[in-house]
Amino acid sequence: MAVDMGKLRWGELEDDAEDLDFLLPPRVVVGPDENGVKKVIEFRFDDGGNKVRVTTTTRVRKLTRARLSKRALERRSWPKFGDAAHEDAGARLTMVSTEEILLERPRAPGSKAEEPKVAGDPLAAMGKAGAVLMVCRTCGKKGDHWTSKCPYKDLATQTDSFVDKPPGAEGAASSAGTGKGTYVPPSMRAGAERSGTEMRRRNDENSVRVTNLSEDTREPDLLELFRTFGPVTRVYVAVDQKTGVSRGFGFVNFVNREDAERAINKLNGYGYDNLILRVEWATPRPN
Amino acid sequence: MRPILMKGHERPLTFLKYNREGDLLFSCAKDHNPTVWFADNGERLGTYRGHNGAVWCCDVSRDSMRLITGSADQTVKLWNVQTGAQLYSFNFDSPARSVDFSVGDKLAVITTDPFMGLPSTIQVKRIARDPNEQSSESVLTIKGPQGRINRVTWGPLNKTIISAGEDAVVRVWDTETGQLLKESDKETGHQKTVTSLSKSADGSHFLTGSLDKSAKLWDARTLTLIKTYVTERPVNACAISPLLDHVVIGGGQEAVHVTTTDRRAGKFEAKFFHKILQEEIGGVKGHFGPINALAFNPDGRSFSSGGEDGYVRLHHFDPDYFNIKM
Repeated sequence: MAVDMGKLRWGELEDDAEDLDFLLPPRVVVGPDENGVKKVIEFRFDDGGNKVRVTTTTRVRKLTRARLSKRALERRSWPKFGDAAHEDAGARLTMVSTEEILLERPRAPGSKAEEPKVAGDPLAAMGKAGAVLMVCRTCGKKGDHWTSKCPYKDLATQTDSFVDKPPGAEGAASSAGTGKGTYVPPSMRAGAERSGTEMRRRNDENSVRVTNLSEDTREPDLLELFRTFGPVTRVYVAVDQKTGVSRGFGFVNFVNREDAERAINKLNGYGYDNLILRVEWATPRPN
Repeated sequence: MRPILMKGHERPLTFLKYNREGDLLFSCAKDHNPTVWFADNGERLGTYRGHNGAVWCCDVSRDSMRLITGSADQTVKLWNVQTGAQLYSFNFDSPARSVDFSVGDKLAVITTDPFMGLPSTIQVKRIARDPNEQSSESVLTIKGPQGRINRVTWGPLNKTIISAGEDAVVRVWDTETGQLLKESDKETGHQKTVTSLSKSADGSHFLTGSLDKSAKLWDARTLTLIKTYVTERPVNACAISPLLDHVVIGGGQEAVHVTTTDRRAGKFEAKFFHKILQEEIGGVKGHFGPINALAFNPDGRSFSSGGEDGYVRLHHFDPDYFNIKM
């Protein structure tokens, strides 16, 4: 916008500024050029009587397929009626969204259909994802959750690490489960939602107490014995801290209560390693 | 795409309809004034003043001269599209729910709600060329379906009338005798209220949306179920693209629950499905409430949605929409 002074004197302008429009150069329209850019140059007097050049640059865009029928063109010029007839310009009933809205694809274009959906809620996607394929490697449950989402994950000791290890080593195994090296906030880590009493309750769930074990019985042996009844989440054999000798009892946790019940029925009174086992429901600790 | 937002209605939208050329868009809402907009830039052309209740449905004649609206004020009105003048008013004993002009615009079919002990009806009125000769006499009255008949439309060549509503059954009636010709199977058909019905461009098949969270595609002659599109929201509105093999389905959780949940959880997007593969293509977000009305421009290059939030959103598709590969 450029300002240039008129040749007329201030005093003369003050009197009849409205009639001086004839002094202004005519409106010039440049373009639109091949990019659709159109320039309109206008001159007017501002409040101070200065001559002002206003250059408006607009882009003219041809609407794709803006072919309208004769009747539709006719309708374009119909006068407004009803509430629209006396609508003030400031009403702004029609606005162009400031937000760019995209057609959100449920999956990246070109990918296969069975991939988990990005859009939509994860719960629905989880329910849909191939129910038969979903087998948890930790607890052996089918169609309920993936291994990484197993609620019993941190309860289960790794099968391949069923060797005598000092108590307390178990805790380290659980944090390694998330994998992928991405940071997971503590509150989101597996097992985080169970703390305090909740954790204890979970440990006691479907828990079977095995007593009268021989001294040589170790956790892998017990797992071998009980695994036939169903998925086992925890095996524990009490070991005397000082002597390192088995105290002769242990606990086995099952995923399903029915499996635990069958194990009790079958193994209670079962001869194992020259002793007769006593298998019963573990009673929660009094506290 | 940047949708055009049209805020002319003060209450939830109920219905949207394009005229044949696709240059005008008619919107009905629970406020009392059906409105017509220019479908390209969303400018308001006018409103039709005279109804005294929620307007549930409308239809425009092929020559874009007449508009028929059905309202909860127990009237169905004929309007001059250009001037907004009321030409005629049919009076009923119960709210009118759905209206549709026949092919040729000589007849109109109207449904009325069950009200004060009266059963719901489907009525056919003759539409006179000259509004001064218009009579309120019904050519045909069909009674029978229980509950509201939410949508009614003409079958191929005006030989049949297709209706669907609260009893979840889609029915085909003979136009001459009013006899029930076919009805959808209870097993394969919808399980809950049918809320919307939309014909294909050639009228050979139609899409119904239901609160059972699915939309179904039917053959208009044989009433055989062709396709089912399953979504995770109750379906309030549906439309078939006249250009591509796409259908669009809109809905969302019930309006009463809207304020208590997150916008994303409400599932207020319009979902696009491939008509034949029944696979989801994508979703278009934007509304702050359930989508109550959807309509495709007859050229298939834009569509509009009307929501419980009182907005009409007019979407002109981006060029890449037309080369979506499945």
